[in-house]
Amino acid sequence: MFGLGGGTCSYQEITETDVILLWGSNAREAHPIFFHHLLRGLEGGAVMYAVDPRRTSSAEFADVWLGLDVGTDIALANTVGREIIAQGWHDISFIERATTGFEDYAASVEPFTLDEGERLTGVPAEAIAEMAHAYAIAPTAQILWTLGITEHHTAVENVLSLCNLALLTGHVGRRGSGLVPLRGQNNVQGGGDMGALPDRLPGFQALADAEARARYEQVWDCELNPVPGKHLTAMFESMEEGELRALYVIGENPADSEANVAHARKLLEGLDLLVVQDISLTHTARMADVVLPAAAGWSSSEGTVTSSERRVQRVRAAVPPQGDARDDVRIIGDLALRMGARWSAVTAHELWDELRVLSPLHGGMSWDRLEDSGGLQWPCPHDDHPGTEFLHTWLWADDLDGHVPAPFTVNVHRPPAEALSDQFPLRLTTGRVLDSYNTGAQSAGYSSPIRSGDAIEVSPSDAAALGVSDGDAVRVSSPRGSVNMEVSITDRLPAGLVFTTFHFPDLVDSNLLTNDAWDARSGTAEFKAAAVRIDPLGSSPMGSGTARSGPVGSGTGRSGAAAAAGGAGG
Amino acid sequence: MNPGNGIVDSHVAVSIDGREVTVPQGQTILAACTAAGVETPTICWAPNLTPVNVCRVCVVELEGSRTLVPACSRPAEDGMQISTDSERVRHSRRMVLEFLGSANDLSQADEIAEWSQHYGADARRYAAELAADADGEPEVALELVDDPVRIQDDLYIRAYDRCVLCYKCVEACGDDAQHTFAIAVAGRGFDARIRTEYDVELPESACVYCGNCVAVCPTGALQFRTEFDLRAVGEWRPDDQTVTRTVCSYCGVGCNLELHTQDERIVKVTSPEDHSVTSGHLCIKGRFGWQYVHAPAFEPPATDTPASESTEP
Repeated sequence: MFGLGGGTCSYQEITETDVILLWGSNAREAHPIFFHHLLRGLEGGAVMYAVDPRRTSSAEFADVWLGLDVGTDIALANTVGREIIAQGWHDISFIERATTGFEDYAASVEPFTLDEGERLTGVPAEAIAEMAHAYAIAPTAQILWTLGITEHHTAVENVLSLCNLALLTGHVGRRGSGLVPLRGQNNVQGGGDMGALPDRLPGFQALADAEARARYEQVWDCELNPVPGKHLTAMFESMEEGELRALYVIGENPADSEANVAHARKLLEGLDLLVVQDISLTHTARMADVVLPAAAGWSSSEGTVTSSERRVQRVRAAVPPQGDARDDVRIIGDLALRMGARWSAVTAHELWDELRVLSPLHGGMSWDRLEDSGGLQWPCPHDDHPGTEFLHTWLWADDLDGHVPAPFTVNVHRPPAEALSDQFPLRLTTGRVLDSYNTGAQSAGYSSPIRSGDAIEVSPSDAAALGVSDGDAVRVSSPRGSVNMEVSITDRLPAGLVFTTFHFPDLVDSNLLTNDAWDARSGTAEFKAAAVRIDPLGSSPMGSGTARSGPVGSGTGRSGAAAAAGGAGG
Repeated sequence: MNPGNGIVDSHVAVSIDGREVTVPQGQTILAACTAAGVETPTICWAPNLTPVNVCRVCVVELEGSRTLVPACSRPAEDGMQISTDSERVRHSRRMVLEFLGSANDLSQADEIAEWSQHYGADARRYAAELAADADGEPEVALELVDDPVRIQDDLYIRAYDRCVLCYKCVEACGDDAQHTFAIAVAGRGFDARIRTEYDVELPESACVYCGNCVAVCPTGALQFRTEFDLRAVGEWRPDDQTVTRTVCSYCGVGCNLELHTQDERIVKVTSPEDHSVTSGHLCIKGRFGWQYVHAPAFEPPATDTPASESTEP
């Protein structure tokens, strides 16, 4: 945001801040050790507002839970913004000095009165007013979010609507205040930083920037294509159009993880060539023409990863790779060699040294410094720079240190792409649980005593209306497919909302249900909002005594849900 | 700024065994002892937990104080005169160590054993009966806590015959780190034990299996299953283990892990107590989610057929 792709704060600051807006994040389960820092903040007196359709285990620690309807985040943020302006709680001198576009923004949120906000979001007007007041007048405040904000067809606008609130109140660029997207994977921050985005070079430099491009061309001794590549969703579109015919997948399991996964599988099957490089034989790998077995990056190879607080840290090899598996860097290097490229940097250390020359953000992070310290936070431009705890201090400099002022944006509330209907009357949202992770390539390998499998969580009133009890077998259907699941009744959900995870695709293929409508700017699919129907299955065909069976390694067998298999998807 | 986290910027000077040291205000006598280069035995104290000062093994003599004071929790004050090796201190520490040893199996509490040796603690003095065996050696019959080892899952075990009730696990599970509050001390006197609510089995309790209790346990009463199983077959060999620091492979928080490996296999995962991200604490995935590293990597799962169908033509 504001020109840099990273969260603005350090974890330490959440222990010092006064007001916390945890928005679309169940950090208690998805980022448990960050949540320890957050709890220290609460113990120190911080007030927390949890914005989430579900009363999650994170929300239980909040002072106020705002249980908004799925996909109404922009409406809620706009209502908060309007209330702050209407009450005169906004920071006019900050807005005048450091921002542009305030008038247009103010006009755009004007219709979002508290009553209108309540009507659109389902959150009581008093709760919205209280959160707006607490956030605006706090000496320091942070907004934190995760996929509850970004897995919508309005992903980027959702984020921007939160950024507006920080600009309105000056809660960014100062110690303790900021905007924090918690990263979901151990190196998703580092991947973007290293240029694994269609329009970026390593160091988050724009591919469109001819000067930056020239520096890379010189070091790499080649000419770079200035046309941005495709993000994941665009790649699938391109497969559909028959343009993209070969795919090299590294450490991703799209045959299980994509929304509307049956469609994704069909496209993957239609490729001329599918190469998969991964640590295990994932569903995608089983479809591949060529599988390149890779060593686990964090335990069997050398390198770096970057965390949610922009902290670059070393990973180190502790155990040898299994079987024929090899380090990712070596696989890619050897592949390049076979293709006739002679790369000068071939080890993690050499690649890092090359990056330091090319990326000003990382210039001061020598391998030795990373070795000695508990990591360094970018930007760290030179050798004696301590790294940067929080970003965008220029917003508070008289002349903005030569930066372009930060723009307010106008964001239009648009409900989820898939409306509820008589045929599909329930809203399905998906998310993670504490002991499991994504499609289970890693987490299925250990036996967790608290593992529940992918049950469909249902509110008590919906369960009563459906006539189902805990553990009953049901068929969950969306316009894209059907899945047999087990009911789990919970009062964490309001009526009309159902929830599941996506950690056990071999048992429950949840992503057959999810909607692949996607955000045009980020390419993120709307995993958080599908329309579904639930039909009780009576005593059959989920099987009998294997309720709550765990996945691989749990010792309780995997026959339960899988035995009920209808036809395989795709 | 949140008032609960004020930073104090002044120092106090104290004398430790006649040596003057300066520590930041708010730090403890224990920190002053460390600053003076004096090692202090501790059992219930850990750098990443708030002291509950129940074990009393860290007591020191403070001039002007009628009683000995616990170094781990008493803040250092300007001008304090402290003795750490007086006869009174040595005697008290020896008694504490002997009492613990008289009631618990401390065979896996290496640090406690070292301090017991240091202070000449002999728990056998408290044996119920002493009788000479055939060789004339006294036979001891200590009345130890008798509690069968609890093995209720694949992640960690609880052997309360080794538990000295130091409360570290309770604190790590509670408001010092995890805020799950799955365990507390139940019962009185010799029957006091760490218990889940209503003593239910661990998987039925509030436990979320972060293993932070295991990581702070000083006696091996709580033990990772890998270590327990290796010990059972005589294959737990700390001297053959190496520790490699890396970063967890799950979410994006960036928790540093110490992978303890033996014979090229991970046998235990901890996190450095001084690491700014974790303070030594982890979640279930970081602590236990490594096992796939040793699984046969390219074996397809047992079933390939999801319980589902698609409307895709």
